Amino acid sequence: MKYSIVKIGDSRSFADGDAFITGAVKEANVVIYLGAFLSPGSHQVDETKQAILIELDTECLGVHTGESAGEEGGNVIGFARYRNGDDPPADLVELVRQPHTAQSVIDAAREVFEGAGLQVVVSADQAGRIIDRLVRPKYNAALRFLDEGLASAKDMDLTCRLGLGYPDGPIERVERGDLARHYDITQSLFETYGTPGFAPARRAIVAHERKRRGKED
Amino acid sequence: MTQVIKTVGVCGAGGTMGAGIAIVAARAGFETVSYDLKQETLERAASQTAGFFGKSVERGKMSGVERDTVLARMSTTTDLGALAGCDLVIEAVFEELGIKQQLFRDLNGVCAEHTILASNTSTLSITEIASACGREDRVVGMHFCLPAQLMKLIEMSPGMNTSQQTFDTAWAFAEQAGQTPVKTQDKPGFILNALLVPFNNDVIRAVEAGVATPADIDAAIKTALGYKMGPCELLDLIGLDTQLRLCEAFYPVTLDVRSSAPPLLRRMVAAGHLGRKSGRGFFTYENKAMFGG
Repeated sequence: MKYSIVKIGDSRSFADGDAFITGAVKEANVVIYLGAFLSPGSHQVDETKQAILIELDTECLGVHTGESAGEEGGNVIGFARYRNGDDPPADLVELVRQPHTAQSVIDAAREVFEGAGLQVVVSADQAGRIIDRLVRPKYNAALRFLDEGLASAKDMDLTCRLGLGYPDGPIERVERGDLARHYDITQSLFETYGTPGFAPARRAIVAHERKRRGKED
Repeated sequence: MTQVIKTVGVCGAGGTMGAGIAIVAARAGFETVSYDLKQETLERAASQTAGFFGKSVERGKMSGVERDTVLARMSTTTDLGALAGCDLVIEAVFEELGIKQQLFRDLNGVCAEHTILASNTSTLSITEIASACGREDRVVGMHFCLPAQLMKLIEMSPGMNTSQQTFDTAWAFAEQAGQTPVKTQDKPGFILNALLVPFNNDVIRAVEAGVATPADIDAAIKTALGYKMGPCELLDLIGLDTQLRLCEAFYPVTLDVRSSAPPLLRRMVAAGHLGRKSGRGFFTYENKAMFGG
């Protein structure tokens, strides 16, 4: 399926020169706004298009489209390619639909990304989508366990690798993904859900404070 | 300073975990006495053990002579008194505090003074299991992972009264048995379940909140994080009833809301949607093969 790209800012999903970007055409019925999270609502509303894809960061799609008592959902769909900090993006694209997003819009978006060899899943427009909603509380718990002396970081990571077959453990992963970024994501989740599991762990708060004061590690 | 371990007893050896622990010990060269209440469960486990080692021979991991030598190190009994000569007894009986406490009191009555008692509990407190058994200083937590004969990890936890010598001896045994021990505090779920049980509940809550389908949650987790199995698939394998039991063990102790049983979990268990064992959980199963979400 053909698609065109409008670059609002630097994308977290596709680097400049990526085959996905060079594969775009000038005019298409599917329009992708890369880096749209940098300027919410900056996309052009065009109901004649089959689908308009908005690249999200941690914000909800509703920030871009507005919401209407659960009736929202047109031809605009959100997406984010999962990425742990500055690790290369994974092959996962989370599509974000609203309650009344048409199936044809989801299908078009799916076809575009699957055509690029990516795995596509569909998430409701809820904070954290699938991955951050599920993994961030676990990372918070692991960071808290570390503070409480349950086990060393090395042993917690080793336990998850050997006991659960994970490729990496929670501490090494969250640190590699940047604890200050973990703070930003969990703070946003905590504001939405208000439950303790999403509250940034102490080590994330420390990393955030150090970054704020220009003392990045 | 550590004690020398030569003979290992395994209580609950008729079960999957106990049988696996017995394999680990015997394979590493320890005389192994498998204890359970019923002879038929021991015989079934012995047959499975022989089959396991038979496959090891077929795959070239050991010779037929080595297999015979290992099997000759293994004996079974329904008489607790037969564990009297063991240097280390590892229990893998039903996950209930009262049962484990009684077993350790009984073992204290029959075992030698130096015998170390280890619990394979995944959720209970080592200190509570050891309390009033009469040898609290010689009790230690050794949580193996399923299947024990294949998984290298052991979570090792000292109780509040565990002596350093006991812990060091059990640790040395784990290493001699070819396992990888990690040290954790005596806290609910140790490391593995303390992270996994609330995470699995978060997954169930996400399904309940309509965030995504179980199939999409599994695909997302596997693709993004490189997990071999998605969490919904894993929950179906563990059993939804087991997850509920874990929640009911954890939440009253931790009061962590993430450990409390999600309403959807309770409804699935009430409906008999227990996972693979009942043919239906987050996915449906036919002839033990998963065919869709």
